[in-house]
Amino acid sequence: MDMQKMNLTQMAKALRAGEFSAVELTRHYLAQIEAQDEAINAYITVTSDQALAQAAQVDRALMSGQDLPPLAGIPLALKDNICTEGILTTAASKMLSNFVPPYSAYVWLKLQEQMGVLLGKTNLDELALGTTTESSLFGPTKNPLDLTRIPGGSSGGSAAAVAAGTAAYALGTDTGGSVRLPAAHCGLVGMRPTYGLVSKRGVIPLASSMDMVGPLTRSLADNALVLNAIAGHDAQDATSADRAIPDFSAGLNKGVNGLRIGLTLDHLESKVTADFKAAVLKAAADLETAGAKIVELAPRQLESAFPTYYLLSSAEVSSGLGRLDGIHYGYRSSDYEDLEDIYYNSRSEGFGPEVKRRIMLGNFVLSADYYEAFYVKAQKVRTFIKNEFDKMLEQVDLILLPTTTDVTPKLGAKKSKEDTRNVNFFSVLAPLTGLPALSVPTDSRVENLPVSVQLIGPAFSEALLYQAGAAIMGGAGEETAQ
Amino acid sequence: MTKYEAVIGLEVHVELMTERKITCYCKNEFGAEPNVNTCPICLGMPGALPMLNRQVLEFAIKAGLACHCEIAPYAQMERKNYFYPDLPKAYQITQGQHPLCIGGYLDIETRAGKKRVRLNRIHIEEDAGKLIHLEGEGTLVDLNRAGVPLIEIVTEPDLSSPEEVDAFLRKIRAMVQYTGVSDGRMDRGSMRCDVNLSIRPAGTEELGTRTEMKNLNSFNFVTKALEHEYQRQVEILESGGVIEQETRRFDSATGTSSSLRSKEDATDYRYFPDPDLVPILVSPEEVAAIRATIPRLPDVRIEEYVERWELPEYDANLLTNDIRIADFFEAAAVHTNYPKIAANLIIADLLPGLAEEGDVPLAPEQLSVLSDLLGTEEINSNTGRKVFKAMISSQDPIDPLAYVEEHQLKQINDPEILAGYVEEALAASAKAVKDYRRGKEAALRSIIGQVMRATSGRANPILTEEMIKDKIAALPEPE
Repeated sequence: MDMQKMNLTQMAKALRAGEFSAVELTRHYLAQIEAQDEAINAYITVTSDQALAQAAQVDRALMSGQDLPPLAGIPLALKDNICTEGILTTAASKMLSNFVPPYSAYVWLKLQEQMGVLLGKTNLDELALGTTTESSLFGPTKNPLDLTRIPGGSSGGSAAAVAAGTAAYALGTDTGGSVRLPAAHCGLVGMRPTYGLVSKRGVIPLASSMDMVGPLTRSLADNALVLNAIAGHDAQDATSADRAIPDFSAGLNKGVNGLRIGLTLDHLESKVTADFKAAVLKAAADLETAGAKIVELAPRQLESAFPTYYLLSSAEVSSGLGRLDGIHYGYRSSDYEDLEDIYYNSRSEGFGPEVKRRIMLGNFVLSADYYEAFYVKAQKVRTFIKNEFDKMLEQVDLILLPTTTDVTPKLGAKKSKEDTRNVNFFSVLAPLTGLPALSVPTDSRVENLPVSVQLIGPAFSEALLYQAGAAIMGGAGEETAQ
Repeated sequence: MTKYEAVIGLEVHVELMTERKITCYCKNEFGAEPNVNTCPICLGMPGALPMLNRQVLEFAIKAGLACHCEIAPYAQMERKNYFYPDLPKAYQITQGQHPLCIGGYLDIETRAGKKRVRLNRIHIEEDAGKLIHLEGEGTLVDLNRAGVPLIEIVTEPDLSSPEEVDAFLRKIRAMVQYTGVSDGRMDRGSMRCDVNLSIRPAGTEELGTRTEMKNLNSFNFVTKALEHEYQRQVEILESGGVIEQETRRFDSATGTSSSLRSKEDATDYRYFPDPDLVPILVSPEEVAAIRATIPRLPDVRIEEYVERWELPEYDANLLTNDIRIADFFEAAAVHTNYPKIAANLIIADLLPGLAEEGDVPLAPEQLSVLSDLLGTEEINSNTGRKVFKAMISSQDPIDPLAYVEEHQLKQINDPEILAGYVEEALAASAKAVKDYRRGKEAALRSIIGQVMRATSGRANPILTEEMIKDKIAALPEPE
């Protein structure tokens, strides 16, 4: 069987059956990167030598007949804001263009326990601020499904690598939609787990109160397998949830009979193009056919979700990025005479325009005169929205929403503020509430590109999300959109 | 300080002697090689996450309870954002709207009397690193101190003189030493003080414009800075000027101060709750468990010393400022019939020279025996102080009984032996006797002095005086 078409479970079996070695599998992916990545630009750094060494280690373990973890020997990619000890980690910013962390992110430690093979670090919007992967220091990533279009962002490199078959799976980070949006644009499954399910330790923060790491995969089963590997309590992350981790793939073949699925028709009417609205309704119909009950919901006051997200995330960005000051590590301007110059010039030269915009806005909303009017108000709205979702999730088991609202934009296309607001309206709801959200491709296509929907469930309902996702994608989680 | 009275409030920073730093796993130790105790968390590297050290909470709660604070059931760490090379995260993790300890007070006593100084709050925060400026070579950064836990004790503006401030700082130091949360050493920077001072016409209520002086690091400098700033403000008002709200730097070397920044230049620190750290919830049970570990505090001991050993309250205060002294005194007092004598010896000769750290240089049993010797008049008070000083400075423990025997220091209390010395002294002091009889009391001192010299200071001074007076009275009336 073609390696390129295999899912993670099949790869694991093939490795154990000796159909091919981990080194062969790794060589296959490195060759794919060699062949395709010049056009796609998914990778910032390719770690060929380390990957082959890790693969060889897996092969030795396989030869000795050891019982290996499910992801052993399977090549993966990590978004370049996930710290990897001894390997350049840039977050696609000039500010960190020379940063080699002396530590690894928790999720990479977990995947190393799995004996995962790291192919390299993938492209993103600078410091994960964006939804197109165009603001990277290393240039835009292109969508493998159509090289004239964006892959979505900010985890666009991770999504593009998986979609192109230059990685078997990848991790991204999602603060306001950065796993789910590129998953949708590239026809992949993307999970944003419940806040606290996966440790953020070692992930370069955007907004700590909303950042989450999640898997980008071709199938639901793959996604659940990766989530199984990276979820868990981390005693060194204060926001990490201390609870038992279930098998997230356990519900994949259970179906949706009797499940109550909520729809917010108002929002579909006002914020989504006709084609995309039809795709959501088609997904709802598929769920209904499979035995779910569709319930119409009318939440109050969700309109302020995006401005709320924007204010709060900017506030956290402005504080969290303060450490990138040119003093202790990272980029330092060569043009300085005193301390003030180092700060001013390093940050002026080191950050791109979007990052600067967010820092400025964040400083403004946290300043003494505007703190109450903006930051405190936004926190109150955030609590209100969380309460609205809790109420809705008393009426239904899951909520069905669009992931994106229109066809994948062309590279360089200027997006209207309206579009930005609409796309982000749906993507920021999970981060604001801390709830898990799963983006899955439907069988609808617009301009021959896949259309995705997302499901939001109660905290720690990831298994249920995969279960319902399977009904949308058809089958028991093994399917892919491509 | 007559026409204007000073209104003073303090912010006292105390480093907590926890094993590890406040949000990472680095050792919290003084005097290590630069940057040895650092890690990605206290170096502020991207993606490194803080975890609040539970021992910091425990220590801060101990200090809070010792200062009669209420322990907040809900507290939160906040970020105070500013740029400086000793602050690698570009924000300090501290507390703003929800401090750990609320309110509280400390009672102080000065020559002016007793006073209750109210506290506004005690909160926890991290220290910054240190910059070392090398002449002509630039500036080096040592981040061993970055992330060392601090408590900041904020008072209400209840203090009104340098003497009160001094007493208050000594009380704070006593509290942190008693509870064992810090050594409270100003010379090492483990206790530092910011003072806010304003003045107003004596007897009025309205507060004047205040100035702040930061990072005063000795008791002496605090006093000097306050005296200086009070005088400066008085001179401004007297000459018809206006006091600016500003932060001033006190130069301890020259005893002068200069403006550091005005109110207009004040940084906007953009405080907000730290999203990396969850709210701090302390249960009443946890508070009770911590309370149970606090030793008897100065106020309790002062009361005991006054009642049980009939010490003046002022003396009891002096003895309880330092837990080493208080424990030492108590151990000595229970084994002598003369605890007051023991107290006086400590105050006169042990306290002034005692090192900031280390054990008391003699055993309490030695002081008990010496106090008994004094109390039973086996030795006189001069000899007592001499022996006490010898015991303090000697490397080998001195047994006071043996020492007195060996150096023949026992007091001469026998009138028959004294009579001879008195006769000799009177015979050699015809002029003094004459003067005394003419009403010159001081003349008597010189006659007593002669007896003391002749007996190497061993004569019982009271008995000697009586005998001399009696002898002179028995002399025939002069012509």
